[in-house]
Amino acid sequence: MTEFASGTLTGKNLHLSFGHNHVLRGIDLHVEKGTTASVIGPSGSGKSTLLRVMNRLIEPDQGDILLDGRSVLKDNPDELRQRIGMVFQQFNLFPHKTVEENVSLALRKLRKLPREQARAEALEQLDLVGLKHKADSRPANLSGGQQQRVAIARALAMNPEVMFFDEATSALDPELVKGVLALMTDLAKGGMTMVVVTHEMGFSRNVSDNVTFMDAGVVVESGPPEQIFTAPRTERLRGFLSDVL
Amino acid sequence: MDLLDQLADTFFNWEEMAKVIPALLMVGLPNTLILAVASGVFGSLLGLGLAMMGISRNAGARWVARIYTDIFRGLPAILVILVIGIGLSPIAREITGSRNPYPLGILALTLIAAAYIGEIFRSGIQSVEKGQLEASRALGFSYGSSMRLVVVPQGIRRVLPALVNQFISLLKDSSLVFMLGLAASDREIFRIGNDAMANTGNLSPLVAAGVLYLILTVPLTHFVNFIDHRLRTGKPEKKEPDELAAPIGKGAQA
Repeated sequence: MTEFASGTLTGKNLHLSFGHNHVLRGIDLHVEKGTTASVIGPSGSGKSTLLRVMNRLIEPDQGDILLDGRSVLKDNPDELRQRIGMVFQQFNLFPHKTVEENVSLALRKLRKLPREQARAEALEQLDLVGLKHKADSRPANLSGGQQQRVAIARALAMNPEVMFFDEATSALDPELVKGVLALMTDLAKGGMTMVVVTHEMGFSRNVSDNVTFMDAGVVVESGPPEQIFTAPRTERLRGFLSDVL
Repeated sequence: MDLLDQLADTFFNWEEMAKVIPALLMVGLPNTLILAVASGVFGSLLGLGLAMMGISRNAGARWVARIYTDIFRGLPAILVILVIGIGLSPIAREITGSRNPYPLGILALTLIAAAYIGEIFRSGIQSVEKGQLEASRALGFSYGSSMRLVVVPQGIRRVLPALVNQFISLLKDSSLVFMLGLAASDREIFRIGNDAMANTGNLSPLVAAGVLYLILTVPLTHFVNFIDHRLRTGKPEKKEPDELAAPIGKGAQA
């Protein structure tokens, strides 16, 4: 299987406010190359916002973001995002384009590949997620699980150094969750650097190398999954785990 | 009985109709189509610009679009046509050396159409889910490229029915340029019917002009209903059950 261009990603003391709402209050997150960090916590704790700040979809008010040890805050944000793939809860496939065009669009327009070559690479990515036979369908004619796998292929096609998953299985019917989680597990084990915001405690516990528990815009606790799930040190994490497990 | 005959003669005098039909088809129809299509195309381009300004993060651009739209949507079309057609004619004569008000008629119709089309585009673009822009930007596309490749094409598709309706309006409003006094070869459907009516004192030529408008507009309204229905229901393909494991995991098993 393909080698991933994994990089190490670090967020340092990230702050963000929307008006008076202080959403991120000094977040530190370090994801070593080739590892998977999962971020758990109650709704509204700032997990999804953290992802958007770390690829600069939203600019942080304060703090630093480092990719392979170098600050990327002064880089062109569009170029930074080409290096970080992102998968969304609602898939966000482009409904007016075919599955193959969804995957090849960035290859053609940003990587400037000729149409034929972009299509060939897109088909290769679709093959990896088991959906090559759907290349010429529209996203609306795919199941949620299939759409999410196309979304993963679309992100992987840009050969990213890091992959973000923002509650990638939350919008899926229960029977479709397994396929997407299996794919994410394969990526993690294949050496992709990943940040996974999730409500899937099984995935967080069994697949990730590090778990970060966020609440109200701060990192309450962070550590290897055994520690987080079997020996939580804070009352807040214990409360959260007893609610979700 | 006399009254009925009189009415029939007033509205459906076949002889008078037959006399005006060649001019309606050979002169009026092309001119009406030129006026409507040209102002439709230019109005769409200008309208798209207004829509982009209307949703811009730049408050100045939003204001300009707002004020423009308020003015040209708030004024009667005939007033705009007269003011532009007469008021700008010295400038137009200076630039083109021609006294022909025809281009100014197109300009006036364009300015009016742009205000309506701009609002149609803006509502369509704003109806596209925020996630589309976010996903496109997450791939590394700039704001401009994301709008051009992802958001605007979807927005326009959603408002196609409203755009066709706007074009129907233009077909009808193009009749108002008769106020500018066009040369005989530049006259559109209404003016030709109206001239023939004035010359003969019989309404039948206007009825013929009306029928010609209906031949243009009625199929378009049904076309609107068709694309509206198609856009809402789509052409369904058969879904397949989702296969679970994806074969990416060769590395995972090793």
